[in-house]
Amino acid sequence: MTAATYNFAYLDEQTKRMIRRAILKGIAIPGYQVPFASREMPMPYGWGTGGVQVTAAILGPDDVLKVIDQGADDTTNAVSIRKFFQRVAGIETTTNTADATIIQTRHRIPETPLQEGQVLVYQVPIPEPLRFLEPRETETRKMHALEEYGLMHVKLYEDIARNGHIATTYAYPVKVEGRYVMDPSPTPKFDNPKMHMSEALQLFGAGREKRIYALPPHTDVVSLDFEDHPFEVQRFDRPCALCGAEQVYLDEVVLDDRGGRMFVCSDSDHCETRQAEGFRGELAGEKLDASTSDRTEEVI
Amino acid sequence: MDRDLPLLSVRSVTKSYGARIGCADVSFDVWPGEVVAIVGESGSGKTTLLNCISTRLEPTAGTVSYRMRDGEMRDLYRLGEAERRFLLRTDWGFVHQNPADGLRMTVSAGANVGERLMAVGQRHYGNIRATATDWLGRVEIGADRIDDQPRSFSGGMRQRLQIARNLVTAPRLVFMDEPTGGLDVSVQARLLDLLRGLVHDLGLAVIIVTHDLAVARLLSHRMIVMKDGRVVEHGLTDRLLDDPQAPYTQLLVSSILQV
Repeated sequence: MTAATYNFAYLDEQTKRMIRRAILKGIAIPGYQVPFASREMPMPYGWGTGGVQVTAAILGPDDVLKVIDQGADDTTNAVSIRKFFQRVAGIETTTNTADATIIQTRHRIPETPLQEGQVLVYQVPIPEPLRFLEPRETETRKMHALEEYGLMHVKLYEDIARNGHIATTYAYPVKVEGRYVMDPSPTPKFDNPKMHMSEALQLFGAGREKRIYALPPHTDVVSLDFEDHPFEVQRFDRPCALCGAEQVYLDEVVLDDRGGRMFVCSDSDHCETRQAEGFRGELAGEKLDASTSDRTEEVI
Repeated sequence: MDRDLPLLSVRSVTKSYGARIGCADVSFDVWPGEVVAIVGESGSGKTTLLNCISTRLEPTAGTVSYRMRDGEMRDLYRLGEAERRFLLRTDWGFVHQNPADGLRMTVSAGANVGERLMAVGQRHYGNIRATATDWLGRVEIGADRIDDQPRSFSGGMRQRLQIARNLVTAPRLVFMDEPTGGLDVSVQARLLDLLRGLVHDLGLAVIIVTHDLAVARLLSHRMIVMKDGRVVEHGLTDRLLDDPQAPYTQLLVSSILQV
């Protein structure tokens, strides 16, 4: 018995065409949520069905695909989506950010700056930034149409009233080209500034909610804030424990049951590349060659 | 602003639900700073009329025009939707009978009051909070409750919060639908007292719908009595209550319970 053969990149050509039209419309109106006829995909909702459909629609035989989940290339979601496209499209995959033409992501933007010609595809669970304050879809659409975004600041006001500062750390609302307020998907707000004036095309797909939106390259993306409580990104008081990188987003890893923990790069490719270049953090576990870098630190 | 010209002009407003009528051929004017009460029994078309003139329900026939801040009289149903909604959250207020309809129950009292300010573009947290604190004080809610959610408030407090939320942008016209409904008499009395003070201090024009003639007597300058969707009598409140002319008004006035 032979295995069933799929059309290139799983979806049939008519479906891809429909999705491409939604993508084009999204690019034409940055930040606007375009409804599309989302298909059932061979994975559960919440696993990136929107992102996978967008990727399938734009994938060509010459593309090189990278898939990350929380910044890492080796987590379940990333591995299964990468294997999926290897199998149904036979395309080349990579973990190297610079080599990829399409990067599908859940939650992170790679630390390596993206280049012109690259496409970043986000998996979005809830595309509507106003949803938790206004449950009616008819009303939120009207609010977008009439640019009534006062409610978004009500949420930020609540944050400050309860916590003394804007405590929203992910899915932090942004205003696109001075017009649409957009949910940047559950990326940490650390990555919001990377969306601003990005060289790469950014596409957002929400499978369950059936919405696609986009940020074309060089789009103005501003995080909302108050004059007396300006937008700030998270700061880490120590560098990555493996590669010594600073000004990157770190994951906390618990080491034992006595309070031991380490902070490592969330972007696994970035961390490995730096280690290969000879950068070492305090827990890298090997003696350093002092000549490799002047930024490395003493190892235990 | 010319105080001799009407703020709101209602002309032959009719709303029919198929063969049934909600209200028929209602015309009246409201001048700046004036309180007009619409009274009548349940089902007499009071709320339908209020919804028609506050652009919440499009009338079948007739016009409603409003004098904008630039002094120009505009037909409300010819305004764009964006303009209409802007009017609703800046120059107008709407106080619902049930405070839960007019409040955001899941955000704090301060954010409820501040929402309209943020909607018109205020982006300074400290200023918004200071204004909210001030308004909570004016409706007799303690400053220490500013970060509490309205769901932890009593019915009377919720109603006062709803009033503060509406008045924060200094509207010129406020619609009220049974604002004292569902409150016990002593709370009602306090709320009426507060409303009367605010209306007087701010020079608000108010259109208030009520079935309670005592509320109308206390707050309003003029009254419109409705029955079966039509106006049966209108005039100055004191004249109308002390010397009702229409048979239905006489019946209504004589139905008030005496203690």
